[in-house]
Amino acid sequence: MAERREAGTATVQPRLEHPQAAEGWRHRHVLDLDDFTPEEIRLVLDTADAMKEVLARDVPRVPTLRGCTVATLFYEASTRTRASFELAAKVLGADVINVSASGSSVEKGESLVDTVRTLQAIGVDALVMRHGMSGAPYLAAAHAACAVVNAGDGWHAHPTQALLDLYTMRSRLGDLRGRKVVIVGDITHSRVARSGLWGLTALGAEVVVVGPPTLLPAGLGRPNPEQEAGLPPVRVETDLDRALPGADVVMALRLQLERQQGGYLPSLREYARRYQVNAERLALARPGALVMHPGPMNEGVEIAPDVAHGLQSVVEEQVANGVAVRMAVLYLLLRGTA
Amino acid sequence: MSGTPSTILIRGGRVLDPGRGLDTVGDVLIRNGRVVAAGPAQTGRADLVIQAAGLVVCPGFVDLHTHLREPGLEHKETIATGTLAAARGGFTTVCAMPNTEPAADTRSVVEFVLRRAAEAGHVRVLPVGAVTKGRAGRELAELGELAEAGAVAFSDDGSPVADAGLMRRALEYASAFGLPVSDHCETPELARGGVMHEGWVATRLGLRGQPAAAEESMVARDLQLAELTGARVHIAHVSTAGAVELIRRAKERGVPVTAEVTPHHLTLTHEAVAWGPDGADGPLRYDTNARVNPPLRSRADVEACVQGLRDGTIDAVATDHAPHALVDKQVEFDLAAPGISNLETALAQVLTLVHAGLLDLPALVERLTAGPVRAWGLDRWVEGLGTLREGAPADVTVFDPDEEWTVDPTAFASKGRNTPLAGVRLRGRVVATVAGGRLVYAAERVGT
Repeated sequence: MAERREAGTATVQPRLEHPQAAEGWRHRHVLDLDDFTPEEIRLVLDTADAMKEVLARDVPRVPTLRGCTVATLFYEASTRTRASFELAAKVLGADVINVSASGSSVEKGESLVDTVRTLQAIGVDALVMRHGMSGAPYLAAAHAACAVVNAGDGWHAHPTQALLDLYTMRSRLGDLRGRKVVIVGDITHSRVARSGLWGLTALGAEVVVVGPPTLLPAGLGRPNPEQEAGLPPVRVETDLDRALPGADVVMALRLQLERQQGGYLPSLREYARRYQVNAERLALARPGALVMHPGPMNEGVEIAPDVAHGLQSVVEEQVANGVAVRMAVLYLLLRGTA
Repeated sequence: MSGTPSTILIRGGRVLDPGRGLDTVGDVLIRNGRVVAAGPAQTGRADLVIQAAGLVVCPGFVDLHTHLREPGLEHKETIATGTLAAARGGFTTVCAMPNTEPAADTRSVVEFVLRRAAEAGHVRVLPVGAVTKGRAGRELAELGELAEAGAVAFSDDGSPVADAGLMRRALEYASAFGLPVSDHCETPELARGGVMHEGWVATRLGLRGQPAAAEESMVARDLQLAELTGARVHIAHVSTAGAVELIRRAKERGVPVTAEVTPHHLTLTHEAVAWGPDGADGPLRYDTNARVNPPLRSRADVEACVQGLRDGTIDAVATDHAPHALVDKQVEFDLAAPGISNLETALAQVLTLVHAGLLDLPALVERLTAGPVRAWGLDRWVEGLGTLREGAPADVTVFDPDEEWTVDPTAFASKGRNTPLAGVRLRGRVVATVAGGRLVYAAERVGT
């Protein structure tokens, strides 16, 4: 299911058996999308197209990153992101080390900086890191000679999730310029939303974020006298029904069930009544609008089960695309011209 | 500095003594630890002459808010290193905050601080006692004992006195000794977990913010309690426009309130957390050296603090010097200890306001000398403190308002190298500091 689209965009087709540098790549790390130009985002997505071809082969293995070591360092539980990175690295021929906070020196109180230095000392070329605290990968990057890939930090960023979402949208809708994307849920605590907003607005999409005011972060969607471009230019809405008309994509975010105890919400029931993406609401969007969710889903809370698994849902495709996109990111970081 | 010249003549400087409205080119003569004369040209013998042409000569600075960390946290700072940092920064009196381990909530800890200061201190140390036992916010500490031991004020700094009823009692009880209670205003339910100012930068960084209202709501409470009790309240490290306005209104109606502001809240915004002191753009830093409590605020808040300092709503510049070890700062932002090592950069930081035309130099010097002394009534213990009047203690700071230098934390006297200003060019530098008649710091150019 290799796709070719976007006439006018340079198609990058890495000759994967014979590693060569990709033009136009300048990142040493991938920490967020806020420092990506539209061209750089397209480069990742185009590279992911080529990776999909590899994945479609009978034996999906290439030696592109043979001799490279990729470490996954996860301070938080994860199924899909970690598995997806691990598979991506293996398909490209890299060796993979998995380190978890539990059952490692981290549990004995080793600092993040020391852990990063240790992994570097044993020869890690790329460090894929998930951490519960915002900014932790930036600390790692400041002390690492190897490439650092942010696989999710606190509430801050999850750039490869945003890239796979963009990839999925582009493969279904083509150019995202002028497309309306509605993101609904707990925006304040969502790293997926934050990175997504940078990527979507960079590619020219019209973005509306929707949620109860208690779950909308300070300053978003408001004029900013201190720095106009300090936050991505999006519209903020508290009424989902008002946001949906004309939407090409409706993305529901996971609602952490503890938000109710935190006093952000009176009840999950009321949240579902006002913000759940269900069939009735989806009918307000453009016909055939894509339904997306970064997972894991609370079906019956932020998304109705029939919509989550319905014809318009591309949730499983998101997961599948994740491998190709992460292959692209690892390839560009380790074989690109930095 | 070795040797104690009994007579020091500081010659030909701009002598600024705001407490007496003095601003003239002239000399300052010191003998046997006292100011003999300040202003008119002096003749005669001196053991040490400091040429001060082109320099400012003023009373030694008085800091109402210094964390010396001893006892208990000597890996961050000691009374010896902290007071040497003070000397280098032009501060000749520092009020030592009680959040040590153990806290200065008993006579013995206050006495320990005074004894260590006498043994190892480079400048005068005035201890601040805790308001509550263990700074836990539940029961009053023995404020009378602390006052007898030498505490000049009370504070649970680092934490607020969150219980309004207890704060009321603390104010009432402290008033028996004529001592102020300095409050770190931060309503816990609003600030909870916030590691920086709530605003667009926190949103950008995905960090939990604490809103300006967390500070303002407790400032409002404290002002009402001061009005109720008639007792003196001091608002520590004011950082928001709303707090400045509340204090301004309260002063207008005669509430017995005083306030301080730090050099960083006068010069840096929350953007420093993301991008460093010059703000604006570039890769995100998550600079833990810019993590401080209260947090660096918005540009409008900074402007309001400057305005409050200018119009006298805020009585003093206080450093909130908060030294930390590298291991306290080289960690995830959420885990980093809040605080900035400030004594050695404070003058140059606040001089940026003078250079920018936002404040005149005599007013700035006033807020570093006579202002803090008046706020806490410190001349009750040390007559003439904060002035150069005849007979005052010979605490004198000589500084060059225009010397440019680059901040190099590795060269600090303080053990705390935690500053967001590393590598930044600043303008204005202390040239010599005399404390109690002793030359406690002299730049190489003094050539003594």
